[in-house]
Amino acid sequence: MSGFRDRARTALADPLLQKALRNVPRGFIAKRAKAKAALPEFEQLREEASALKAFTLDNLDTFLATFVERAQTSGAKVHFASNTEEANRIVIDILKKAGVHLVAKGKSMISEETELNTALQRAGMEMVETDLGEYIIQLRDEKPSHIVAPAIHLSRREIEPAFRQAHTELPSDRQLVEKEDFVAEARSILREKFRTADAGITGANLLIAETGSTVLVTNEGNGDLSSTLPRIHVVLASIEKVVPTLEDATTILRLLARSATGQEITSYTSFFTGPRRPGDVDGPEEMHIVLLDNGRSEILAGPFSDILKCIRCGACLNHCPVFGAVGGHAYGGVYPGPMGEVLAPALHGIGKVSDIVDACTMCGRCAEVCPMGIPLPSLIRRWRMEAFRQAQVSPVQRLGLKVWAWLARHPHLYALAMRIAMPLLKFALRWKELLRRIPGLSAWMAERELPPPQGRTFTAMWKAARRKRP
Amino acid sequence: MSHAPHKGETVALFVTCLVDAMRPSVGFAAVRLLEHAGFCVEVPEGQTCCGQPAFNAGDEEDARDVARRMLDIFAPFDAVVAPSGSCAGMVRRHYPELFAGTPDEERAKALATKTFELCEFLHRHDASPLLRKWEGGPVAWHDSCSSRRELNIHEAPRALLRRIPGLELVELSDPEACCGFGGLFSVKLPEISTRMATDKAQDVRNSGATTLVGPDMGCLMNIAGRMSRLGMNIRVLHVAELLAGMTGSGIGENAA
Amino acid sequence: MTDGKDILARIRAARAGDPEAASRLLAEHPHGTIPAMARPADPAAALALFREKAQAAGATLAEVRSRQDVPDAVAEFLQRHGLPRELRVGRIDPAMPWETADLKVVVGAAEAADRTGFAEAFRGIAETGTLMLVSGPDTPTSINFLPENHVVLLRVRDIVGCYEEAWNALRADFGTSVMPRAVNWITGPSRTADIEQTLVMGAHGPKRLHILLLREGEETGG
Repeated sequence: MSGFRDRARTALADPLLQKALRNVPRGFIAKRAKAKAALPEFEQLREEASALKAFTLDNLDTFLATFVERAQTSGAKVHFASNTEEANRIVIDILKKAGVHLVAKGKSMISEETELNTALQRAGMEMVETDLGEYIIQLRDEKPSHIVAPAIHLSRREIEPAFRQAHTELPSDRQLVEKEDFVAEARSILREKFRTADAGITGANLLIAETGSTVLVTNEGNGDLSSTLPRIHVVLASIEKVVPTLEDATTILRLLARSATGQEITSYTSFFTGPRRPGDVDGPEEMHIVLLDNGRSEILAGPFSDILKCIRCGACLNHCPVFGAVGGHAYGGVYPGPMGEVLAPALHGIGKVSDIVDACTMCGRCAEVCPMGIPLPSLIRRWRMEAFRQAQVSPVQRLGLKVWAWLARHPHLYALAMRIAMPLLKFALRWKELLRRIPGLSAWMAERELPPPQGRTFTAMWKAARRKRP
Repeated sequence: MSHAPHKGETVALFVTCLVDAMRPSVGFAAVRLLEHAGFCVEVPEGQTCCGQPAFNAGDEEDARDVARRMLDIFAPFDAVVAPSGSCAGMVRRHYPELFAGTPDEERAKALATKTFELCEFLHRHDASPLLRKWEGGPVAWHDSCSSRRELNIHEAPRALLRRIPGLELVELSDPEACCGFGGLFSVKLPEISTRMATDKAQDVRNSGATTLVGPDMGCLMNIAGRMSRLGMNIRVLHVAELLAGMTGSGIGENAA
Repeated sequence: MTDGKDILARIRAARAGDPEAASRLLAEHPHGTIPAMARPADPAAALALFREKAQAAGATLAEVRSRQDVPDAVAEFLQRHGLPRELRVGRIDPAMPWETADLKVVVGAAEAADRTGFAEAFRGIAETGTLMLVSGPDTPTSINFLPENHVVLLRVRDIVGCYEEAWNALRADFGTSVMPRAVNWITGPSRTADIEQTLVMGAHGPKRLHILLLREGEETGG
């Protein structure tokens, strides 16, 4: 299995990917900055959202139980799943019982986490992703590379063959040049799917305890079609998505789109409460809500619980220089970027993903833009501590740190070592090939010069100057 | 940050390990600037490193052991000044966290409140640059991430630089972007680090600047190293050197 | 499979919490900071803000003076965009004489062949130019999403400043903690930026959103 560094190298060497990634700053970063600047209360809302989510997590049992009770009152069926296998089994059971053949699916990170698509396929069901980005990814048999913009790593040059290969019912000489061409084609193809789907599966951005509602935030409207037209609607959500009241949801919604896409609000924010009511002429006959734990109740008890405040806006990804350089696939999991560096080890164990917590320069830009005030670099650093404790760090690095720390605690030896090493280094830089064989220096010097030291150390020079000038 | 000594009082210089080893001229520049501002400067003996490399690598125990020495060394002083946003940020923002729940917690908090980055300290005391005239072309300022985000320093270095007659200060297009140094990051993931350094180098070149200054040796060595590999002829100096008029050879230029 | 008891027990073990404070919060549902811009000084300011924001989101607006005028306004919209004079509606309102404008209306849930849907908004939220629609026997949700063109009637008096006011209006009409099956906040037409980060309108939902503002005082129905 390749590690983060190998995947990152591949990503850096992929010119199409690099071109696509250059769109990130032009798009998300500038738009978010503009949206934030236009809302003077942004910082205040951010503090309130963080505090309300902290209170929610402190009382998650009460709010979750209330959510379940009120959702059931509205006629929804609520299912709990301890882990991903259970969640998939519950969903497949629901669909089988209802005789479902075709599923129209909205974007759901939880379904990525449970690998629901594979499970549905195995169960012999046809499932079509309806979010345009997810649809493109599905056609290419890929994973999303961004939690908000799944196909951000692709350009039209890569999407065109996927469309031509999949949509054989359309004339082969049709035009697929402009972005509008692609959107129109996907729209026409997916309309038919919405019309004939027996079930819709969507995620939920929030769950509201007060009303038992699930909240869905989209721009395309695909989630609303998936949850309105088919006779079964299944909502997949993790347990920490709950907020207490409509007002609390509102506070978070004021931050979500601004942080994600720089919109004040997305085109569609929908609140679903139960199945079709008596007299209704549309809406699903059955509404199911599957609540996934998958380790979150344990995260809640530990030092990484702040990550449960995350609302999946993607701002930390968009502002992360490492994500911007290599894209989401390099992280090798469902959740990339800073939030992924904290969440993935919490879900899978640091032993399995210890290399992704190195993918951070501690620049702090993620924490600055996080609408929920999650101290991401601190949490990433904490995972590094965990990795170090569990001996997930390479012996060379460990030894290096120990030697350095020992020296740093012995100032006379340290000063002596530096006094000898620096002139040597300065001298040795004339033979760069030699230095490139030293671990650490080799990595640095592959694509950069190592600026030569001036020669003497400050400590030595200062001492000498003091002696002259009593 | 309540504690701020008055002119005539003594401040301790925290040299920092990169300045000590790689570029002592920055340390001397800092001393001159502080003395020019009316302070007595002491350089307490036995300084090594603040412990940040271990801290960011997850080696909390060694970080704490190294940091504890800092608590001892700088205890007697009213203020500690470092020519580095990264090291000052480590002390101010992370020492209280590193020593939380230990017997040294209070001492760590005390050191945190009296530790300052050089530009921030000079600006606060209305110090003026020693350099009387600049004829070296447009100067770009690089905010180090720790200076900008951990210490919230934005205006201080810009204000100081603008006080130098003849100096045209230019802003980078994305001043918030990390240069890719990140301490051990640049060694562990050098390809990504290089890509980020390239972006920064290009941003500097596109700004029209002929000189780049910044508050942190780590960033500056990274950017200078990448620039010289890319064949860009842009001088890189630590801000202390420019302010003190010690503008001899830039970082990465052969001093010999 | 689990009934959730074990999960809830783990959660309870993780955090002590304050059940009383939690219940109080649910009952009192206090609001957070409402941005100053979401608190227009008077109805005229609210209307102006609603217009500005809705337009910024890509919606078009027109005014009608009474329900009787709605059919003509809809016909004009259809004509402008070269659309067939057909309309999907949730109910027949006798105050809106569709036949006078030579419009063919079909009542009920939307179908794939429908080109234009007509709906009435529960509230308009000036803060972001957002329409709030609720589902019910006369207001099927599918009309809001399936047809390519969406025409929505909004009474000017139903424009509120912020989301919170809309929630309180909903509570007043439906009862505390009771929600219609679907509440839809709609802000401009459907869009996507999934291809190369460039915005394209009309992804799956309506390509056009046209809002008819019904002036207060001059209307009779309700």
